[in-house]
Amino acid sequence: MRWILRHPTASIGALLCLLVVAAAVGAPWLAPADPTEQSIVDQLAPPGGDFPLGADNFGRDVLSRLLWGARFSLLVSFLSVSCAMLVGGTVGLVAGYVGGRTDLFAMQVMDVLLSFPSLILGLIVVALVGPSLPTLVFAIALTTVAPFARVARAPVLSLRARPYVEAGRALGFSHARIVFVHILPNMIAEVLVMATLWMADAVRTEAALSFLGLGIKPPAPSWGSMLRDGFENILDAPWLSIFPGLAILILVLGLNLLGDGMRDATDPTLGGL
Amino acid sequence: MTALLELQGLSKLFATRRGFPRSATTVVRAVDGVSFAVEPGEAFGLVGESGCGKSTTARLAMRLIEPTAGSVRFAGEDVLAARGAALLRLRRRMQIVFQDPFSSLNPRRTVGRTLAEPLQVHGLARGRTARARAAALLDEVGLDPSALDRYPHAFSGGQRQRIGIARALVLEPELLVADEPVSALDVSVQAQILTLLKALQTRRGLGFLFVSHDLAVIRWFCARVAVMYLGRIVEQGPVGEVFERPRHHYTRMLCDASPVPDPELRGALPRVTGEIPSAAAPPPGCHFHPRCPAATAICQVEYPGWDGTVERGFACHNPLPAAVLPA
Repeated sequence: MRWILRHPTASIGALLCLLVVAAAVGAPWLAPADPTEQSIVDQLAPPGGDFPLGADNFGRDVLSRLLWGARFSLLVSFLSVSCAMLVGGTVGLVAGYVGGRTDLFAMQVMDVLLSFPSLILGLIVVALVGPSLPTLVFAIALTTVAPFARVARAPVLSLRARPYVEAGRALGFSHARIVFVHILPNMIAEVLVMATLWMADAVRTEAALSFLGLGIKPPAPSWGSMLRDGFENILDAPWLSIFPGLAILILVLGLNLLGDGMRDATDPTLGGL
Repeated sequence: MTALLELQGLSKLFATRRGFPRSATTVVRAVDGVSFAVEPGEAFGLVGESGCGKSTTARLAMRLIEPTAGSVRFAGEDVLAARGAALLRLRRRMQIVFQDPFSSLNPRRTVGRTLAEPLQVHGLARGRTARARAAALLDEVGLDPSALDRYPHAFSGGQRQRIGIARALVLEPELLVADEPVSALDVSVQAQILTLLKALQTRRGLGFLFVSHDLAVIRWFCARVAVMYLGRIVEQGPVGEVFERPRHHYTRMLCDASPVPDPELRGALPRVTGEIPSAAAPPPGCHFHPRCPAATAICQVEYPGWDGTVERGFACHNPLPAAVLPA
């Protein structure tokens, strides 16, 4: 893990991500109030006093909602990217290794998925199944499967032609051994870098879907739905939009910087992990 | 005596479809009706320009690629029909050493694991026994056993090639296919590796299928040689005879192009003309006729038949006289 310190972008990214993770983990202790507790008298209270970041149109504490919302954003993006990586990575790995018609078919299915704008695909899925945590995870994962398949397939194509893979075949190794012991470890870094970058995308998609009212059901807090609620009062109470927006910015920026740093670190021409 | 490795009429066609909307299929005859046999403990050379199909032939013999036609027999057993446990047993008996020492070792595995892995897969040894075998092998190829716990990037090209050879020896094969094993190495290291391979041949009675474009290397290492041109064997025989008294004009050209370390002959330019044609569109008749100094009308229409025996023969309409010595 020492490589993080050698890469300033990665350290800043890691720091921002850690900040959000800390907020999500520590929400029960850090939050000054119950994120769902309404109070009519405090409607649209400006930042300060009992409400460090103000209160929303139901008089709920924005800071508390942000802290609890971090959990949801992280959970959804982490779960969806993990699912996408598992499914997409496997498709790419198998398609690249087997080649031929299997490869052609699998990649054409992925191309079809890729041809839908991710938000539209998410919208269709959520609209069909109805908003819930599993639906959201599934919808976002579905939009990210294709890029993962592509990212996993490309290195497999070059790795399977390496002499050490050929040597493995000559030595009588099984296909499973060749794929999991000799190909996978040599490409996993690239896929993990992509996973970090795509997590930033998943955070944005989750926020966008929530903004459109397709996220988790109210009153549970999520950054995207907070943004939408704030949007209605953007002129009277701009803090309702600014702080969730900043939170999304911090997480997306952190993940992007971390991913970029990891990519530099895994680039063998720059020194390796 | 049955040959260790016997190839009969081995062919490999690669077909590629290109073009849209009307696609045309291009067929590349990478290997076209190749037959030869390697005896136990013998070093058999396969020589030719790059792209002539010699490496493909080596891979076909190892069944790393499936041939289009022909047969491969290893000590009488049909390699192409073998599957499952039978194929695994055959694989144990023939191994391959690659040209590029940098991509022939998995960069994320220590040398010890690379060498012990085949033993585990074949259920021959594991744990400490496997490690001891690996150490013994490193010693045999001239490396210190301390290399076991290091990763490939810590070694030079020559050292890596030694590790590659050690890996090929782990399963105690009877045949080693060496695909340009020294072409990627410095000249001084080339000599060390060749000496090592020669020592292994004598000590272990290893048979060799030695693929190289370097005539000097083949001449030194091999007893018999087959010269390949555009997927076909054009001349075959004992190394001395083939290189001293070539019958095929292509062999003659290769010999002339190979530098001779004799200051008296300095300045004599090699008589190489033309380039190797594409294997996708070989010339009609004898593939060599556009570059051949002795080509006649028949060479342009008919591929010459095999003249001589499997032991010593050639495929040429107008062969060089049997007694002439090259300049």
